[in-house]
Amino acid sequence: MSRQFMKGNDAIVVGALQAGCRAYYGYPITPASEIAHAAAMHFPALGGTFIQAESEIAAINMVYGTAGMGIRTMTASSSPGFSLKQEGMSYIAGAELPCVVVNVVRGGPGLGNIAPEQADYFQVTKGGGHGNYRLITFAPNCAQEMCDLTVLAFDLADKYRTPACLMADGFTGQMMEPVEVPLAKEVPYDHTSWAVAGTPETSKNLISSIYLESNDLERHNLKLDAKYKEITANEVRYEEYLCDDAELIIVAFGIVSRIVYSTIDEARAAGKKIGLIRPITLWPYPSGIISQHAERDVQFLSVELSTGQMVEDVRLAVNGRAPVHFYGRCGGNVPSGDELLAEYDRILEGGRS
Amino acid sequence: MKIVEKSLSFYKEFERKSGPHKETTHYCPGCGHGNVHKMIAECMDDLGIRDRTVFVSPVGCSVFGYYYFDCGNIQAAHGRAPAVATGIKRANPDSIVISYQGDGDLAAIGTAETIHTANRGENITVFFVNNAIYGMTGGQMAPTTMIGQKTTTTPRGRMETVHGNPIRMAEIIATLPAASYVERVAIGNSKHIMKARKAIRKALENQVANKGYSFVEILSTCPTGWKMDGPDSRDWLIEEMTKVFPLGVLKDDADEREGDWYRPVKGFEPAKRDTYLGADIPDEVIEKVGLKQDLMCKFAGFGGQGILTLGLFWAQVGMRNGLHTSWIPSYGPEMRGGTANCSVNISEKRIGSPLVEKPNALVVMNQPSLELFEPDVIDGGTIIIDTSIVEGRPDTARLNAVLIPATEIADEVGTPKVANVVLLGALAAASGAFTIEQVEKTLRATIKKKNLIDMNMTALKRGWDHVKNGG
Repeated sequence: MSRQFMKGNDAIVVGALQAGCRAYYGYPITPASEIAHAAAMHFPALGGTFIQAESEIAAINMVYGTAGMGIRTMTASSSPGFSLKQEGMSYIAGAELPCVVVNVVRGGPGLGNIAPEQADYFQVTKGGGHGNYRLITFAPNCAQEMCDLTVLAFDLADKYRTPACLMADGFTGQMMEPVEVPLAKEVPYDHTSWAVAGTPETSKNLISSIYLESNDLERHNLKLDAKYKEITANEVRYEEYLCDDAELIIVAFGIVSRIVYSTIDEARAAGKKIGLIRPITLWPYPSGIISQHAERDVQFLSVELSTGQMVEDVRLAVNGRAPVHFYGRCGGNVPSGDELLAEYDRILEGGRS
Repeated sequence: MKIVEKSLSFYKEFERKSGPHKETTHYCPGCGHGNVHKMIAECMDDLGIRDRTVFVSPVGCSVFGYYYFDCGNIQAAHGRAPAVATGIKRANPDSIVISYQGDGDLAAIGTAETIHTANRGENITVFFVNNAIYGMTGGQMAPTTMIGQKTTTTPRGRMETVHGNPIRMAEIIATLPAASYVERVAIGNSKHIMKARKAIRKALENQVANKGYSFVEILSTCPTGWKMDGPDSRDWLIEEMTKVFPLGVLKDDADEREGDWYRPVKGFEPAKRDTYLGADIPDEVIEKVGLKQDLMCKFAGFGGQGILTLGLFWAQVGMRNGLHTSWIPSYGPEMRGGTANCSVNISEKRIGSPLVEKPNALVVMNQPSLELFEPDVIDGGTIIIDTSIVEGRPDTARLNAVLIPATEIADEVGTPKVANVVLLGALAAASGAFTIEQVEKTLRATIKKKNLIDMNMTALKRGWDHVKNGG
């Protein structure tokens, strides 16, 4: 390990390389381009592959090809480009291929702008492409997590043979912080049993997502569903901050959670009992811990850079047992600390009505 | 009775095929795909490449290529086979990759992938089966459908002014310098078939010899889609299709290439990566500096003044003295008026918001930044101003002002470019958080051009002394 000062976007590439990712395919888009810049510099220098593809669609399909060989590979983009990748991601999920996709979310819909938002939450967590599939999704909130969660994303992608995603935002991508660079590792998985690696021992294998017979396709869907249930049981990750006595629990991820940390310290100093649940995995969602807290006399507030997306998952977890509020900004605006503190006061004064 | 031996590159029985008939293909009678498959399989046998071949099936009638070919099989999304093939070949350059595609797949929905894969000269083989119609989806117009040809989506026949012309992919590919070999063949008669087999073989041989991208367009029949019987379709292919799609070699410079398109993966050992990224350098033991208060600084000026770099230096002073630190440039609506700015937090505790909304120190290098950010500085906070550039002065009843002609001092030191380092010295001194030795150590480690270190050290010292001597 060594401590280095780096941008979140660069930390993703460092994490990918140390995880043993050998090929990067991408298409430039602000604010994710630095990931491609770093990949273009580092992957070929280490004997890996970097291709600037002709489109996001081509890039995700190159990922499909390399992932089908059983080799760690990734792509990264930002919202409009991420939309273009959805077809390929559905195929990757259907064919059960491990890979990592990064979405540094920007303002939408349409061309929107290049400023940070979190309004791709639905697309990322609910299956942006067609068919029954899920994407293991991490929401880093600092440069260290940009690196570490990339490594974890590759491990879980291999473990479950499924695509994994990092949903970041322009701030976590642009921000520089110290990062402990992890040591590189050999990929701890042998994919000979299913991969098509262009070798004699894999020449009987088939990568495909087509099942013509209804019963075959239903069986395949049930198999995927069982896998998603296993992931839901084992891979939920979250951070809890001062929730035990909290009268108001904020739910926030990514850059917003960083702003919330500061406000909680300030509110606590003023005697207000506020806590934070920060989902680190957006899918599977940390419904369990939210549900536990919903048993007590508490209110929830989902703060997002959207007009209200994750709040639906908070409501599902709370299931009517406590009030669930929402506060959001979008278009590249982020809530200021004062803005949030005023919102906490408003909710606490209103009481549990 | 003569028993024709099935090619070794075909499965003996087509177990992956649904239904009871595991000996026959799913193709319609008179369809050309079976012939083309057979020729490819025979060439795979001849070249001894079966066990390292990856066959990429497209979407279309040949989506089930993997029923038949006894090799690695990957089924791709519609039109994406060349991109998938790229991902395969780059991951294992010793594999033999076949992208087998129909006209809708290759020349309509996948045009971009087709052109760019050829343009990169990927060392793969593309077999393009052109039968002038969409077979699997029910006989719709293909990009290669002939003028006048009736399909389910051109019920009155294809018209140039409405539907455009049949597209000649081989001619287009042949214009690309990186494409090594491009030929159009047909399977209308036995003479055609002999030539087609030769072309298929050459296209695979090129790949084995790493001579780059080979493209063979094969004019083929679709009696079902064309609503003809077998013999009529063969006649139509020979008489009509070859007029629009002339047969022959369109490009061949494979012999001038000596394995140029071999792109080996050169080893990716963990130790190599650690050294490259510096992950194996042990952290220096640092004595953690204590802070009286969190340092929440904003740096603002014109782009090009080195203001963002100043913020980076400051953040690293924090990091190299064992503190939590974050640096974030202005991003989004804050960025206006030609100013660049960044927020730097240095703290003993984990840093919450990286955005400094209420700085306790502000460094400004232009007038607009002073006007914009002075009101945000907390009471009793510090403003450091480069008075060589900024005319305004802050409200000293509320704030501590450090007025320093940083650019003039930098000029004396050697270049105005080190004005930011003069300001770093001033900030460090005004903050009272670090010794000059601690700042010097960081600066020395951070500056990339080692010949500039002395000048920077002088600039730092001048800024530091200016504050310490009450300038």
